[in-house]
Amino acid sequence: MNTKLYEIRWHGRGGQGAVTAAKIVAQAAYLKGCQGVTAAPSFGAERRGIPVSALTRISTEPVMVISQVEKPNAVVVLDHTLLKYKEVISGLSSGGWLVVNSWQHPKELNIKGDFNIATADATKICRELGLMVGGLPMVNTAMLGAFTRATQIVDMPSIKKVIRERFTNNAVDINLAAIEKAYEITKLERIK
Amino acid sequence: MPKTRRASASLTKKANKANIRLLDGNQAAAEGAKLSRVQVIAAYPITPQTPVTEALSEFAERGDLKAEYVAVESEHSAMAVCTSASMVGARTFTATSAHGLAYMHEMLHWAAGARLPVVLACVNRAIGAPWNVLNDQQDSISQRDTGWIQIYARNNQEILDSIIQAYKIAESVYVPVMVCFDGYVLSHTEMPVDVPSQEDVDRFLPPYKPHTILDPANPKNYNLVTLADPRANADGVLCHGYMELRYLLQEALQNSAETIIKVGQEFGELFGRNYANMFWKDNLDDADIVIVAMGSLAMEAKVAMGMLREDGLKVGVLGLRMFRPFPKAALVKALEKARLIVVFDKNISYGSEGATSSEIKSALYGSQIKAAVRNFIVGLGGRDIKARELADAVRKSLPSLKTGALNIEYPEWICYI
Amino acid sequence: MRTRDCKHICDESSPAIGEAGKTGEWRSLTPVIHHNKCIPAKQKKQSCFLCWLYCPDAIIKKTIPIQINLEYCKGCGICVQVCPAKAITMA
Repeated sequence: MNTKLYEIRWHGRGGQGAVTAAKIVAQAAYLKGCQGVTAAPSFGAERRGIPVSALTRISTEPVMVISQVEKPNAVVVLDHTLLKYKEVISGLSSGGWLVVNSWQHPKELNIKGDFNIATADATKICRELGLMVGGLPMVNTAMLGAFTRATQIVDMPSIKKVIRERFTNNAVDINLAAIEKAYEITKLERIK
Repeated sequence: MPKTRRASASLTKKANKANIRLLDGNQAAAEGAKLSRVQVIAAYPITPQTPVTEALSEFAERGDLKAEYVAVESEHSAMAVCTSASMVGARTFTATSAHGLAYMHEMLHWAAGARLPVVLACVNRAIGAPWNVLNDQQDSISQRDTGWIQIYARNNQEILDSIIQAYKIAESVYVPVMVCFDGYVLSHTEMPVDVPSQEDVDRFLPPYKPHTILDPANPKNYNLVTLADPRANADGVLCHGYMELRYLLQEALQNSAETIIKVGQEFGELFGRNYANMFWKDNLDDADIVIVAMGSLAMEAKVAMGMLREDGLKVGVLGLRMFRPFPKAALVKALEKARLIVVFDKNISYGSEGATSSEIKSALYGSQIKAAVRNFIVGLGGRDIKARELADAVRKSLPSLKTGALNIEYPEWICYI
Repeated sequence: MRTRDCKHICDESSPAIGEAGKTGEWRSLTPVIHHNKCIPAKQKKQSCFLCWLYCPDAIIKKTIPIQINLEYCKGCGICVQVCPAKAITMA
């Protein structure tokens, strides 16, 4: 990776762990030697179910930008129902990645744009593994697997290391399993 | 004091290896307070400061920090607890935001007037009406005249480092210190922070030595009704009237710059991050255009500087670190080459202009510097402010370079009105 | 003499007689003790000390007989009010 700033915007619903995912990627990038990383939630009063966003910035130099992301290199969508809002893919860079939690193939999403698309059915993975919190699938970590597979901005060993550091013992294995499974089944559709 | 001597003598020894952790601003503030070995914490939760109180109450409850956490029913009481505890010799800490700081206002005056080295983390947030929980600096700027030293942090590392330094400054000059940092933009954003070891911080920061102490064995009266004129005490010693005490507080702030720089230098020698300054200078050497900003905006301004330099403009950034005391003489020196100064304020003194703009103009008065000062009000109530918008404001101000100071009475606003 | 010589940085004093000035000068009427009326409360000595107890300025000395320090007595007359034997009058 060069010194250029790499920006990721995460979209999910309150309670799906978008902010945690943003932080895990930042930490994994830092482990890989990126001196400049930041991770932040969208600012305001967040509640369960409300559309939320978060951002991660990665650079080999310290990050000076503190304003909101305008032109993300990647957009990760934890809940496919959010695709109906135009701000979700707004500003996504040419040649960037849209990573969606969906059972559909990227082509079937019918999204036109100058960017690559990846999909993974993180919801199904979580249901099968029993990775549920409060009766709902906790899709954020599975989506880290899809994100890593698509963008290659961070690698699996660093993501796994962060999971082991951040999570309590009994939560580590199930989350690692979700990440690995998602990495494996992610479908990629690159722009020609 | 023996402990003080030990602390300064060991400063020459190099600090332990870096321990980088990803922390948000609130965590950085809580870690800073913990490493400073605060003994009494009294705080009332308010967005966006709440995680500071949560972290510190956990530290105290788990025993990681040997401190008394006093759960109070208001910010006014929080500061009352801090001043009282400080008077009996405890190192005290509190944190608040916006309405909480406003509610504390009376006690802020008291802490400064009683010359108690309380340290407060102000997580900058807008003030209602209307309600808003997001960032601007109206809250701490509104406390400008309470007699507190005010430090503004640009990033989370500076938050942690400034809190540790704040205790050393406050306990040297006996003036309370407010460490201010932008709500959400820093308080909720994680970034790498080098967390010093307790051992190193102990070497840097000697234990608190109060100038006065309430002690039943040696009864004293403090801060009783003190009338206009000086009067002799029972021993015939002429004691200060109210006005002399106000003079001493002003004198303490005027002289504190020297301590602030010395403490910043000592911190740099031990931890490798030099704070021997009152403000941060970026590319001022050849700059005839200078952007002035305070807090995290001084980081974003550096990105704007990069854009404008690509246009061939000689732009520098002056990031204000100290707002009180305001470093007038040092600023005049740093701005020697400036012909256009563009000041961005995340606050407004209604009916006048942004607070830092007034300060800059007042510093320039009577100096040899003939620079136009343009003031922009930005980012109130969490309004996102991007580097390109800062750069545009500078471009818009360029005619002032040629015409000299345009007679602009009031500031311009970057908003949709 | 400058006030800086006191070396204080906030308002500070020690509780001491005369800390509030010569308060005896505030007085218009002066309490006068009639020792013959004073109650012999203990071992036939004049020692009920209610005036000592109630004096808000603590200027009555707990001696037998009691003594009133007129240098600091403000003449408030509380001692007159509390004395059950009416042994103190204001003059």
